[in-house]
Amino acid sequence: MNPFWSAFVIFISVAMMIGCLWLLFANARGKPGESTGHVWDDTLREYNNPLPRWWLNLFVLTVLFGAGYLLLYPGLGNFGGWLGWSSHQQMQRHLEQLTRQSHLAYAALAGKDIPALARDPSALSLGRAVFLNNCAGCHGADARGAIGFPNLTDGDWLYGGTPDKLVETITRGRHGVMPSFKVVLKPEQLQALVDFVPYWSDPELPVLRRAAGVKQFTVTCAPCHGADGKGNPLIGAPNLTDDIWLFGGGRERVRETILGGRQSTMPAWDGTLSRDEIRVVAAYVYSLSHQQDAAP
Amino acid sequence: MSPVQTMVRYEDAVIRKFTAMTVVWGIVGMLVGVWIAAEMAWPQLNMNIPWLTFSRLRPLHTNAVIFAFGGSALFATSYWCAQRTCRTALFMPKLAEFTFWGWQAVIVAAALTLPFGYTQGKEYAELEWPIDIMIAVVWVAYAVVFFGTIAKRTVSHIYVANWFFGAYILAVALLHIVNSAAVPIVWAGHPWFTLTHSYSAYGGATDAMVQWWYGHNAVGFFLTAGFLGMMYYFVPKQAGRPIYSYRLSVVHFWALIAIYMWAGPHHLMYTALPDWVQSLGMVFSLILLAPSWGGMINGIMTLSGAWHKLREDPILKFLIVSLSFYGMSTFEGPMMSIKTVNALTHYTDWVIGHVHSGALGWVAMITIGSIYALVPAAFGKPAMYSVKAINLHFWLATLGTVLYITAMWSAGLMQGLMWRATQPDGTLTYSFIESVAASHPFYIARLLGGLTFFSGMLVMAWNVWRTIAGSAPKAAPVVAEAQA
Repeated sequence: MNPFWSAFVIFISVAMMIGCLWLLFANARGKPGESTGHVWDDTLREYNNPLPRWWLNLFVLTVLFGAGYLLLYPGLGNFGGWLGWSSHQQMQRHLEQLTRQSHLAYAALAGKDIPALARDPSALSLGRAVFLNNCAGCHGADARGAIGFPNLTDGDWLYGGTPDKLVETITRGRHGVMPSFKVVLKPEQLQALVDFVPYWSDPELPVLRRAAGVKQFTVTCAPCHGADGKGNPLIGAPNLTDDIWLFGGGRERVRETILGGRQSTMPAWDGTLSRDEIRVVAAYVYSLSHQQDAAP
Repeated sequence: MSPVQTMVRYEDAVIRKFTAMTVVWGIVGMLVGVWIAAEMAWPQLNMNIPWLTFSRLRPLHTNAVIFAFGGSALFATSYWCAQRTCRTALFMPKLAEFTFWGWQAVIVAAALTLPFGYTQGKEYAELEWPIDIMIAVVWVAYAVVFFGTIAKRTVSHIYVANWFFGAYILAVALLHIVNSAAVPIVWAGHPWFTLTHSYSAYGGATDAMVQWWYGHNAVGFFLTAGFLGMMYYFVPKQAGRPIYSYRLSVVHFWALIAIYMWAGPHHLMYTALPDWVQSLGMVFSLILLAPSWGGMINGIMTLSGAWHKLREDPILKFLIVSLSFYGMSTFEGPMMSIKTVNALTHYTDWVIGHVHSGALGWVAMITIGSIYALVPAAFGKPAMYSVKAINLHFWLATLGTVLYITAMWSAGLMQGLMWRATQPDGTLTYSFIESVAASHPFYIARLLGGLTFFSGMLVMAWNVWRTIAGSAPKAAPVVAEAQA
């Protein structure tokens, strides 16, 4: 702010407060029960009672508080206040304090492996906080996922659920692709797959339909999902035999998946999260499907 | 000076229209409020229809209750008060008639654009620029009628209610025109600008400051000064007692209108707004406490010596309880503007509770009381059809308000504490969604409060209808004593 505007701000602020006090004291006196003698609309009259003392005092008190505050804190133009306070400093101090606390907490966890961290309440608390602030947006606050976003609590893993794989997934991210088979499949071939794949785990599925489905599956899908349909964690191809469906089960959703293909991305968190944060969040996720041995 | 007998024929047709529309818009605005309160508890109630989503109905609710319900009430009572206390008919009655139809057109235009997502995105100033221009035109007409009436008064002193009405009309014109300044979009390849999209004339933190200078003074002048005008006419009229203190009127009027103008930055604590502006906003918000309370004292103390009337007259109950809520929310406001308190309450439902203790407790209840006093007078009836129904409405309104604000205080306090809670390891204890889930029961309690308040409005509609139905209103010429 240039000196002129700073002086302007100081002038009108101070004038405002002095004006309030002048207005108060210029009108403070009066006799109780005295009337102004004005009459409007036949019945509207007014007394001219003195200002209630407590109210006047309250008013003066707020003005004095305001004046004191503006001497201590920034407010009067370029004058920063005697305390030298700023909101930026306040935030910075608070942040540093929290960072110090978290450094101490992380230091206490150094050297522990993921399963050990998953049994450590302090690590789980840190991991949960990292999860809620970074992962919950897609995987949900309860980590049960949504359409297109894997459930992390069910023990079923697209890329593997070992501690190393979890850290790798979080650090480097994943990009899952299923191509579209729209131009490749004839209608009856598509139908054979749609009639079979969603019901793989259903023992009631008629034998002929299963046979026709398996035949087509071997040609079209087995290269990625495996001849037994149990998927391939190296490329994130899901297991199709377990009735867990990333993009929804049932004929229509599976038809949509085969025709349109699917793309899904988990971003790489390397750089956004520190190595320590990645380790504790991996431990938290690990604990979700290892409840029995994780509980403290 | 000798009293001269003169006949004054007041222009009351426009007042009757505004009065009836106050009740209609009250019901519409509060119904939308109840609906979006239910959506907060059960979001699936928006049925996946874009124009029924909370984001689009919320501005419809605020615009309907503030500008349609509150605005119609202010037009009706200011025209009524100005004529009676100036002992003269409205200046340019045709223009007054225009303000009625113009204001209704603005409201309908708001209802037709907000649900479809046409918005400038400024709170309480959402309407797009063509509607803003309509508002400005109607408002200038309002000012001409009101100040013209004051100018041709036949009594020498200007009554205190008219100071407040006058301040509200002038300030709202200033606020609206400055804050709504915007540049309409010109699409590439089109020769003319669009009616449905524009950008603010200001940028960044300046835009935010202009917006909240407007926003807080919309509260200060529209929702406070305007309704204090209403209070200064109807409280002494209904109580049959003189105003407590003329000098208190003078002091709190000038202090109120001077200091309100400074309070806007308290909406932007701990933001990109420079620290010095935030401090000034906080300091003057605190200084605003006493000037605000001046109006409450003057209203409530007017009743001293006649407290027994509170037992018998439910209209007076509305007026006096509204002043109590006014005192409470104008205490709460300055407290919430203190930086350390604000750090806890800002962005929580506490703010919603604060707003509604003002909006339901003060604005709606002073309006309802005034309308109950105004309806029989304006429609030439001896009294309201049912006093019992007014009493019932009073209790529904009070109960609804208390339920609403306690639910929101509790939710807000809980949210503020959850958001700031940290673990010993320096991380946040709760995620945002956990605070949302924890708020659910309070959202249901808030809905019940809103429903209770709304049901009172239905009782009012029935009572007003029974009062005015039947015979045509008779013009009420008054034999007046004017000062020669």
